[in-house]
Amino acid sequence: MNRREFAKLSVAAGALGLSGIPLGITRAVGQTRGGTLNTIIQPEPPILVTALNQQQPTLTLGGKIYESLLRYDFDLKPLPGLAQSWEVSPDKLTYTFKLFPNITFHDGTPLTSEDVVFSIMKVLIENHARARSTFSRVDKAEAPDPLTVVFTLKKPFAPFLTAFDCTTAPIVPKHIYEGTDYRQNPANAKAIGSGPFKLKEWVHGSHVHLVRHEGYYRPNEPYLDEIIYRVIPDSASRSVALEQGTVQLTQWTDVELFEVPRLSKLPNLTMTTKGYEFFAPHTWLEFNNRIAPMNDKRFRQAVMYAIDRKALLNRIYFGLGKVATGPVSSKTKFYEKDVKKYDYSPDKAKALLDEMGLKPGPDGKRVAIPFLVPPYGETHQRTAEFLRQSLAKVGIDLQLQGIDVGGWAQRFGNWDFSTTTTTVYQFGDPALGVSRSYVSSNIRKGILFSNTSGYSNPEVDRLFEEAATATTDEKRQELYSQVQKIMVEEVPVAWLLEIDYPNFMDKRLKNVITTAIGVHETFGSVSFG
Amino acid sequence: MRALALSVTGNRGVAIALAIVQWVARFIAVVLVIATFNFVLVHAAPGDPAQVMAGQSGAADEHMLAQLRAEYGLDKPYPVQLAIYLKRIVTLDLGYSYRQQRPVLSLIAERLPATLLLTCSAFLLSLGAGVLLGTLAGVRAGKWSDTALTIVSLLLYAMPVFWLGLMLVLLFSVKLDWLPAFGYVSIGVPMTPIEHVLDIAAHMVLPVTSLGAVLMAIYARLMRSAIIDVAHQDFIKTARAKGLRRGQIIVRHMLRNAVLPVVTVAGMQAGTLVGGSVVIETVFAWPGLGRLTFDSVMQRDYPLMLGIFLVMSVIVILLNFLTDTIYRMVDPRVSLRAAS
Repeated sequence: MNRREFAKLSVAAGALGLSGIPLGITRAVGQTRGGTLNTIIQPEPPILVTALNQQQPTLTLGGKIYESLLRYDFDLKPLPGLAQSWEVSPDKLTYTFKLFPNITFHDGTPLTSEDVVFSIMKVLIENHARARSTFSRVDKAEAPDPLTVVFTLKKPFAPFLTAFDCTTAPIVPKHIYEGTDYRQNPANAKAIGSGPFKLKEWVHGSHVHLVRHEGYYRPNEPYLDEIIYRVIPDSASRSVALEQGTVQLTQWTDVELFEVPRLSKLPNLTMTTKGYEFFAPHTWLEFNNRIAPMNDKRFRQAVMYAIDRKALLNRIYFGLGKVATGPVSSKTKFYEKDVKKYDYSPDKAKALLDEMGLKPGPDGKRVAIPFLVPPYGETHQRTAEFLRQSLAKVGIDLQLQGIDVGGWAQRFGNWDFSTTTTTVYQFGDPALGVSRSYVSSNIRKGILFSNTSGYSNPEVDRLFEEAATATTDEKRQELYSQVQKIMVEEVPVAWLLEIDYPNFMDKRLKNVITTAIGVHETFGSVSFG
Repeated sequence: MRALALSVTGNRGVAIALAIVQWVARFIAVVLVIATFNFVLVHAAPGDPAQVMAGQSGAADEHMLAQLRAEYGLDKPYPVQLAIYLKRIVTLDLGYSYRQQRPVLSLIAERLPATLLLTCSAFLLSLGAGVLLGTLAGVRAGKWSDTALTIVSLLLYAMPVFWLGLMLVLLFSVKLDWLPAFGYVSIGVPMTPIEHVLDIAAHMVLPVTSLGAVLMAIYARLMRSAIIDVAHQDFIKTARAKGLRRGQIIVRHMLRNAVLPVVTVAGMQAGTLVGGSVVIETVFAWPGLGRLTFDSVMQRDYPLMLGIFLVMSVIVILLNFLTDTIYRMVDPRVSLRAAS
């Protein structure tokens, strides 16, 4: 007996003579006109307005509702988004965007250049930390006609054109937000954007239901009728949902990495790790450079030698990713591969520790170092265990301290830690996502994703600053190569891995991962077959 | 006995009214003490909601943290925050959730029905089945059916509830495809009211069974020992000597006496059930209060945490009152003792 038969039987038994009434649960996933994509959102976002909240689930879901001027291919080259074309002045100070005609918000109001200027210069600068760091460099933003937007920068900022994806610069309707308290605006519950999907229903704790935006400006898009994001908090249940076909797409950490080998073998699914090029998640062991012995370069180098990062990649991350060679991910622009190598060598690690005077005691231990275990799931826990065992072999006693999310964020942000692991996104350009973790000007107590390690080198500061404002890619590459070589020698943090996250999807799905922001993209072109 | 006689012959209405006033005053005092205690406890733990929210954004700056702290009143000193909180409670305003960006009371009201549906079903099912199976095992103590029931209840009791839930999902959802694996209702499927009810019922089967199985094992084991205990009492021997039928002895004399410890334990557990089962609600993606509690703790969502704790405390107090009342009804000796 299958579920359909069982359900029918239930109806017959429960409703006396009403057998045959089709139960909701007996119906196959809708396939009419493009069909319904069922997927997962976890944890449930607080709101869907990406201009006001940038937590990752908000961005994943909000990407279908709010669009921006550009998209980016896997090499991070810009593609048309709301803007069909763009021009950069020779002095790299003026950026002119031409919008597609006939773009409308979900309430039917046309989207114009006024909405773009308002969104970026008002709403985002006030509410979006990442956008603020880029758009605060804009001297003036103008809307000379309804389809033209012109940004003039105070001084050149090389990655400016990399900041127009829908997670960084979502466009919101000016007529709804202007003159209001953006965060308290009642329209936030309706999430009115211009993306291919609009909000139909949000049952908190259960699901978010998006349906086609009929007035979408791209011909034939969206192909899907609807997308249902289900809130499934337990990772084992998420795997079951995928296996069972209840959901047809998983992303980010929806499935635990140890499930990947098993799920990869399922005949109805396909898996790709593409679509994280923009974020380029970089995982490292962070040292508090203010405290001994982490303030000694030799200790940090010893740790690099003591960790078999290939084994970490293969055993804990199931081969999903690459060993990181330095501060810049190989997915990010201006990566330099010709840097000092730290191949696994416990002997070199021991020699460095000996040189420092950290001799092993009678129990073989040289030094005890506390480690805050990030409370973000099984993989982080396993990574911590792996690091503890690796470092124990060279006499470093890594003492794991369990902590919850609130405690971890507070202690890490306030420099109240010795070591921990963290994963930081690079956002396509070293000036957007790399320098922030290392420059002295970003040592800011209480701020996560700032220079929490306390590393400071004036030469590194200068090179990062010059590279951000250099006007040619050649010059930028030269400066970034230099800074990467210096930093890999100094090892402010122990770079571990460039992580790939698995996207599992139903084999019938097409065009799911088409850009460097992967599952955050609009999904207008996604279809079943 | 003299006191009892007095309370019966005296002005009974005034006495009852006085008792109610006393109870309400005690209730309010207890609620305020609990609210203060919760507040202090929650704020004593390390963690800053603004940093937790910033941590999930991948980027943050001082402006963002200051904005969040000012928006949620986190920039005020703790005593001021406590005073604001207590003042709000008096007006039945439980505040505004940072994370969900909605009023706490409406969030709790939204989740409570799903939790009550799940836990009350599991509770009633387990209580009924536990009492029945425990009685059967008790009256057949030492026989093979007693041994079998004891082993099964021990197994269920020892089994981690999440594991049982996952195994049921694997069997009935993945392998047999009989029942939905999780959720509360089918999404995006138009249904008539009857279909809707049956759909929810189908979604309830696995979580209710998982949660109920463990509770049932507790009640069955408790009931079994109580039945065995009662069976050796003199009044049972007397009943047998009077020539009463076995069924009459079990139902009229043994059950009523043996059920007392079960009522006590069930009463205590009913309170915790209102909070929902974090584990079951998580495994089965059940949109209830248990999961809301878990999320609020993980997110350091103070108003929501405090709101849930307070509502749960109030319900526990009310349930304790209810348990006391039931206890008195089941066992007249309790009210006699209370009166004297």
